[in-house]
Amino acid sequence: MAIDISTSICGVRLANPVIPASGTFGFGLELAGSLGLDRLGGISLKGTTLEPRFGNPTPRIAECRGGLLNSVGLQNPGVEALVSEKVPALRKVYGGCVIANLSGFSLEEYERCAGIADGCEGIDLLEINVSCPNVHGGGLAFGTDPANAAAVTAAVKAVTHKPVIVKLSPNVTDIVSIARACEDAGADGLTLVNTFLGMRIDITRRRPVLANRMGGFSGPAIFPVALRMVHQVSKACSVPVIGCGGISRAEDVVEMAMAGASAVQVGSENLRNPFVCIEIIDRLPALLEELGASSFKEIIGCV
Amino acid sequence: MERRVLTVAENRIVAARTHRLVLEGGGLPTVAPGQFVQLEVEGFYLRRPISVCDCSEDSITLIYKEVGEGTRSLASLAEGSCADLLLPLGTGYRLPLKPESVLLVGGGLGAAPLHLLCKALKEAGCSMRVVLGFNTAADIVLRDEYKALGVEPEIVTLDGSEGAKGLVTDLLSCCPSMDSSSACKQEGLSQEGSGAKAERFYTCGPLPMMRAVCGMLTIPGQASLEERMGCGAGFCYGCTIHTASGPARVCADGPVFDKEDIIWQ
Repeated sequence: MAIDISTSICGVRLANPVIPASGTFGFGLELAGSLGLDRLGGISLKGTTLEPRFGNPTPRIAECRGGLLNSVGLQNPGVEALVSEKVPALRKVYGGCVIANLSGFSLEEYERCAGIADGCEGIDLLEINVSCPNVHGGGLAFGTDPANAAAVTAAVKAVTHKPVIVKLSPNVTDIVSIARACEDAGADGLTLVNTFLGMRIDITRRRPVLANRMGGFSGPAIFPVALRMVHQVSKACSVPVIGCGGISRAEDVVEMAMAGASAVQVGSENLRNPFVCIEIIDRLPALLEELGASSFKEIIGCV
Repeated sequence: MERRVLTVAENRIVAARTHRLVLEGGGLPTVAPGQFVQLEVEGFYLRRPISVCDCSEDSITLIYKEVGEGTRSLASLAEGSCADLLLPLGTGYRLPLKPESVLLVGGGLGAAPLHLLCKALKEAGCSMRVVLGFNTAADIVLRDEYKALGVEPEIVTLDGSEGAKGLVTDLLSCCPSMDSSSACKQEGLSQEGSGAKAERFYTCGPLPMMRAVCGMLTIPGQASLEERMGCGAGFCYGCTIHTASGPARVCADGPVFDKEDIIWQ
């Protein structure tokens, strides 16, 4: 019997649960010539802001054992270019779930950005980034306080008819309280987690490796922490959770699902192996069968 | 871009801390001059971008220097073992539309991508002057490979241990038929021997060298830039720099840029 690996997030059906995470797959089109985009359950597009941004100076990437740090700093062409150029171009080659990842530096910016994205037919879901550690005075500042996270969620919900997912930061004392605040404010789903604030020092030059000094740490090393947070939040909240953090193989996807994730996002691993999402999708049915499951949905939250 | 697992046919020292890595496999995609590969290195999370020195349908040659932990690990890659790489990556050198007289200026391992370029320019019927600069005689690489292409590279070393002493720019400013560097600027470069002027230049090497070369030559030219990369394939935006044409990803929009586009730091 064929194993059904489809899933759904906030009423949107996904052919499979694998979504490249925002910031690790560009706007999708960058990879259209190299791999079969249509195989992907969804694509979370690069973080977008109201105005175009260059981002941070280089070096923006540092390596470490078990992962990497980035301080890209939300380089993007702005939400107008997203809806008029990036999404329509992607839609010509991709029929799956398109997730626009939006960020801002004030409530008003989040609101205006979401309002513009709301008018774009090609976007299925809005993912609100309240957790970017690489920009000052925005992003993360909204994601580390329950009241602020709730305020952003409510503001975005008020200007869109599309389902709203809030992407949470792991750089908090109690992620459950933030998750609950977002759910109470109307979030239709939650993505857990964004990167951990980290740093590397070049010992020969006695200075930080990253030009921005600090950056977001991601990769296989964060997987157990992300999994724990997905587990805690999915038990405490009733909205669907997208598991994200250190996923690099089909086994990790199954673990995330068992912890409560309805779908997953694969991030850093794309930088090592741009074909990893496809490889995971290829492997998933056989793995589920080996584990005695008849579908992906069946294992969601079983632990 | 493809992901390929190739066999290490050769990984040996060819100059001071400098290795030649030859990887073999069938039906390799075409790599254009100036393009690079992302090579997986045992024990390290990110791949290492390395420019391509030579390639054919069934082999690819890379030259790398042991500069850090990653390249040290690469040096221990045994012949017969496997290497996982992504290729081809980046936007390489733009070849002239018709045969021209061209100047190639390399510094250190910059000689490597220029070798593949030299091969392509030769096939395109271009005449060439190749100037290569190294710190010292022990660092010199690829001289025989250039000779095999019918080009005698002019060598300059910083310490004078081989060839002329000084910088590549010293050779460029000493054109046989010119009195000074300002004359070169106005007239273009004289090609040694023939006296034909170079109509275009290509450079790869340390940033200060390329900045000086681009600054002194008035003919059209391109330089290959380096930046710390993440994906190496244009989708993580980890290596974006400012250019005269706007933000550009060194890995995908480059690494080769027109000199007019480069904003020197």
